[in-house]
Amino acid sequence: MADILQLLLAGLATGAIYALVAIGFTLLWQTSQTINFAQGEFVMLPAFFVLIGMSYFGMSFWPAVAVGAVVSVVVLGFLFKRLIVDPVIRHGVLPLVIATIGLAIFFKEAVREFYGADAQPFPPVVAAIDVTVFGVALAVQSLVVLAISIVAVAALQLFLNHTLTGRCMQASAQNPTVARLLGIPVERMILYTFLINAALVTLASILITPIYLAKFTNGEWLGLYAFIAAIVGGFNQVRGALVGGLLLGVIDNFAAAYLSSQYRMAIPLLILIVVILVRPQGLLGRVEERTV
Amino acid sequence: MGRLQLGLTLSALMLLAGGASAADVKLVYVGEISGSIAVSGGNFRDGIILAVEEINARGGILKEKIALSQLDTQTNPGVARSQMQKAIDGDPYVVLGPIFSGNVKATMQMLQQAEIPHLIGGEAGELTALGDRYLFRTSFGQQIGMPKIANYIRDELKAKTVALIWVNNDFGKGGRDNLIKQLAERNIKLVADVSTESGQVDFAADVVKLKAANADAVFIYSNEEECARIMREARKQGLKGPFVGDTTLLSQKTIELAGDAANGVQGHVGLTADAPIPAVTEFTAKFQKRFNYKPDHNGIKGYTAVYAVKYVTEKKLGKFDRKAFAAAMHGLTIAPADEPAILIETTWDDVGEIDRISFLAEVVGGQQKITKVLPKLGK
Repeated sequence: MADILQLLLAGLATGAIYALVAIGFTLLWQTSQTINFAQGEFVMLPAFFVLIGMSYFGMSFWPAVAVGAVVSVVVLGFLFKRLIVDPVIRHGVLPLVIATIGLAIFFKEAVREFYGADAQPFPPVVAAIDVTVFGVALAVQSLVVLAISIVAVAALQLFLNHTLTGRCMQASAQNPTVARLLGIPVERMILYTFLINAALVTLASILITPIYLAKFTNGEWLGLYAFIAAIVGGFNQVRGALVGGLLLGVIDNFAAAYLSSQYRMAIPLLILIVVILVRPQGLLGRVEERTV
Repeated sequence: MGRLQLGLTLSALMLLAGGASAADVKLVYVGEISGSIAVSGGNFRDGIILAVEEINARGGILKEKIALSQLDTQTNPGVARSQMQKAIDGDPYVVLGPIFSGNVKATMQMLQQAEIPHLIGGEAGELTALGDRYLFRTSFGQQIGMPKIANYIRDELKAKTVALIWVNNDFGKGGRDNLIKQLAERNIKLVADVSTESGQVDFAADVVKLKAANADAVFIYSNEEECARIMREARKQGLKGPFVGDTTLLSQKTIELAGDAANGVQGHVGLTADAPIPAVTEFTAKFQKRFNYKPDHNGIKGYTAVYAVKYVTEKKLGKFDRKAFAAAMHGLTIAPADEPAILIETTWDDVGEIDRISFLAEVVGGQQKITKVLPKLGK
């Protein structure tokens, strides 16, 4: 029983990170038809901005996090949209996909070249202590990761559904032409989406890097898992990304513990195949049809 | 073509030919500068660089400066083969590396066919059993280290059951197979056998399996980063030790990455920058001054490898002869009295296996502390 609780909590904590990253996928797709295959590297980078602030500029942890967050939002939100997405999207979705794959390689190699190939320790957000729940020692770190992720998603949902800006963003995503006719500044709404995505990946980075260490290759597996989570949950639903992420985290952990740790990488891919075959819109996604 | 154009063309060609002059002796490091073994490969490379700088400052080997080039295998056997071919095409005197045993296996036959001596960092047991007369280790093979640690588990820890977690690559598989054999010979039961992947980041499920085994001791055999992550997860989940390993678990990088989670781990180390030997202490200080970080055992391996090349070439051969170099290395012992930069008396046997004193150690307060010195196996 203790092991099951342990695995469940660890799976939910990891899944919450996948969810944060997957939500970025879905938001970008809904508002701007952008599939960002550099999303994993977007999670990898903010941790290095923080480390640069600490090691090169001598800042303590929290000021470095604040500065790193601002830099991340500017680089991964504003500059990404203006310099990559805007010029390329007018040529279609596929060129943009390829551009983001190239961007992922660029970020990865830039970190390797200019910071180092070694893994780096990263200060934890909370102390590495345990609490006992139902007689089971659970890591406070995992509980905090889960709690912060849920709060972030809830806050995002509140923002999207209960604020004027959020509803304008949803309108822009659903039908940009009509939204323009109604006077909604669609381009600004799309920019906000990119900025929100950058903030989400920064949050994911700060939460996950203390556990997994800062390394230039972190984005590879994280991006893949988050993409699978977004598809499994529903690529056009924020709630779907949340469910997909949590489900993937839990299934991955239980499968590794009770089925086979050697084939654990195959389990998410199998789930992906099954969902695409049985319910291609994802568990909570809407069926979309497009005219050709 | 006008004279000016001809001159410019010739100058450009000379620049493109690289900095090596005709009289330089070429050494090539083909190793893991990136990828999952970058920690080890980077240390090994920096040890080589330090040795090359020192030797060149004193005039080189037989009055020829060492021209060192570096090629990155990216911890990928396919890339390692193409990089090794590039190295061989450059006609080096000796090749240093790789460190990743999988890359060594993928490339050793190429070097054997080219008759180029190679001093490797790989520790998988089978590497010296494949008949390569040009291969020489820079650290113990697993078949040397595992009996020592198995004795420690039996005699000091008095453990009757062991739970093993290992990385699923040539290094990890070799260590696992060796350890299982040693434990069986000492009537110690293996109650969990958990394999993990190289580069794995999430060990929650694996630690749950180790907990369920309820063993007297937990043996961790993986690369430095994974060892650190395993220890963090183990402490997070309250897995009870003692935690035992061989070299990588107690390495400087593992301690740095694991933080407090590394305290209390014990094990065997073939080479360590914390060895209670003045020459090693001096090397560690020099390395730290040059590269701004403390070396692990791979730094010592790279450093001593270059000095072994220097010693054999100058003192045994008096010339640059690759075949003669390989022949001279078999059965060779280099003592610090003969070559101080070898740091510890080192012997190579007929198959390229290495023999030195080694150490039992424990991590205390974030530092590796030597608890016992173990003698060489042979004379």
